[in-house]
Amino acid sequence: MSDVVFKLVLIATVLLVILHLAGFLIWVERRLLALLQDRLGPNRAGPLGLFIIVADIIKIFTKEDWIPPFIDKPVFVAAPMIIMVTALLSFAIVPFAPGAVILDLDIGVLLFLGLSSMGIYNVILAGWASNNKYALLGGLRMAAQMFSYEVFMGLSLMGVVTLAGSFNLSAIVHAQREGWFIVPQFLGFLIFFIAALGETHRLPFDMPEAESELIAGYHTEYSSMKFGMFFVGEYISVTLFSALMTTFFFGGWLGPVLPPLAWFCVKTAGFIVVFIVLRAALPRPRYDQLFAFGWKFILPAALLNLVVTGALVLWKSS
Amino acid sequence: MLSILKSVWLVFLHLFRRKITIQYPEEKAYLAPRYRGRIVLTRDPDGGERCVACYLCAVACPVDCIALGATEDEHGRRYPEFFRINFSRCINCGFCEEACPTYAIQLIPDVEMAEYQRQNMVYEKKDLLIDGEGKYHGYNFYRVAGLAIGGKDKGEAEKESPPVDPKSLLP
Ligand code: SF4
Ligand code: SF4
Repeated sequence: MSDVVFKLVLIATVLLVILHLAGFLIWVERRLLALLQDRLGPNRAGPLGLFIIVADIIKIFTKEDWIPPFIDKPVFVAAPMIIMVTALLSFAIVPFAPGAVILDLDIGVLLFLGLSSMGIYNVILAGWASNNKYALLGGLRMAAQMFSYEVFMGLSLMGVVTLAGSFNLSAIVHAQREGWFIVPQFLGFLIFFIAALGETHRLPFDMPEAESELIAGYHTEYSSMKFGMFFVGEYISVTLFSALMTTFFFGGWLGPVLPPLAWFCVKTAGFIVVFIVLRAALPRPRYDQLFAFGWKFILPAALLNLVVTGALVLWKSS
Repeated sequence: MLSILKSVWLVFLHLFRRKITIQYPEEKAYLAPRYRGRIVLTRDPDGGERCVACYLCAVACPVDCIALGATEDEHGRRYPEFFRINFSRCINCGFCEEACPTYAIQLIPDVEMAEYQRQNMVYEKKDLLIDGEGKYHGYNFYRVAGLAIGGKDKGEAEKESPPVDPKSLLP
């Protein structure tokens, strides 16, 4: 019974923290991007400009929620929900601290990969349902982008799975007691990171959005809270992938002195900052360039990584 | 690949650079003296209005935002009875200043003219007229012009010779 209560409390806490964090990241990203561009960023409303989050939320909620007459309504409405649902569901398998995991699944990695592939539907469906050429182009690009990174995203994690001998995320963290997987799996980490950029469609891989070419890409026709869901969903995805990179390659909650949860949060925050710095620094490639890069360069590298890791594990155990 | 990492690193270093933002209401940006901002009507060194109500500025204005009406005082000096500039239409082009023969109308480096009501953007003569000489000092149109006004007859202006008597044969 107490177990159930603990899980429920954990779920509520995770939901609360993640959703607030996503709002908070709006501010973090704006301030950090500004600082990286030698500006100050929003610093007027409240201490350090923090109340801009409140202002933003008020704005998003009070805007007219306009559904254009020419769209495919059920799909149009469902699309923004997909990203929220899949991104939030994926947090179920993330171990935040020893024992503090909502769903200690033995196929955690597979669940995550499945959910992330599902999550892509939000972009494609939104682009399709909007019945607008720019939105459609955005959705189309996302489909192409997905083909280029989904292939190696799973493969890049297989090295970790081979080393840990389990698909269970808690087991993966425990397997890193002797050393973080970033050392033996550095190539795997790089590949997963690139895949994460593609999956969260953040710059430099924000081709489906590409506001300088496609207006706003797949969410051109969205307004009010539906747009807000895409917006927040993107931040949730960024948080999710930061948390997962921490778990897979940087020893999750492991670390000296500080409590496990603190280590987890510090590492995750570090990755979120990296995401934002990359956005400030890198230009957007053409999507056929990403395509070629993914298939001709990253995929062989991911396969090589898997083969070498497998060989080493076999050689050690024999 | 290396260049990508290098650019990421360089951008990251910008985090610690000095920020170029000017925190506007507390800190003000420098506006050059010749900046074209709010329009003023100036006075000559003796305190009289410089404007002679010649309508040249109103004609020069590309957006027709100047309205004025001429009148004369008891000395025969022309001056505007009313002078109105609609700043919600003014594009701060400075043509009026260039057209003005008397340096009366001048644009000054002041841009803080925001109003809550559009009607407040219409400046009347009392809002425009200032007590000083603006950017051009020591100039008094009537002291150099050959026009006769009360207290100054023809030929009494600076650098002006007395008028020739066409009926006389003397040189
Ligand atoms: S600055 Fe240009 S637009 Fe404004 S009043 Fe003068 S001539 Fe007209
Ligand atoms: S401001 Fe200058 S140009 Fe305009 S009416 Fe007066 S004297 Fe003429």
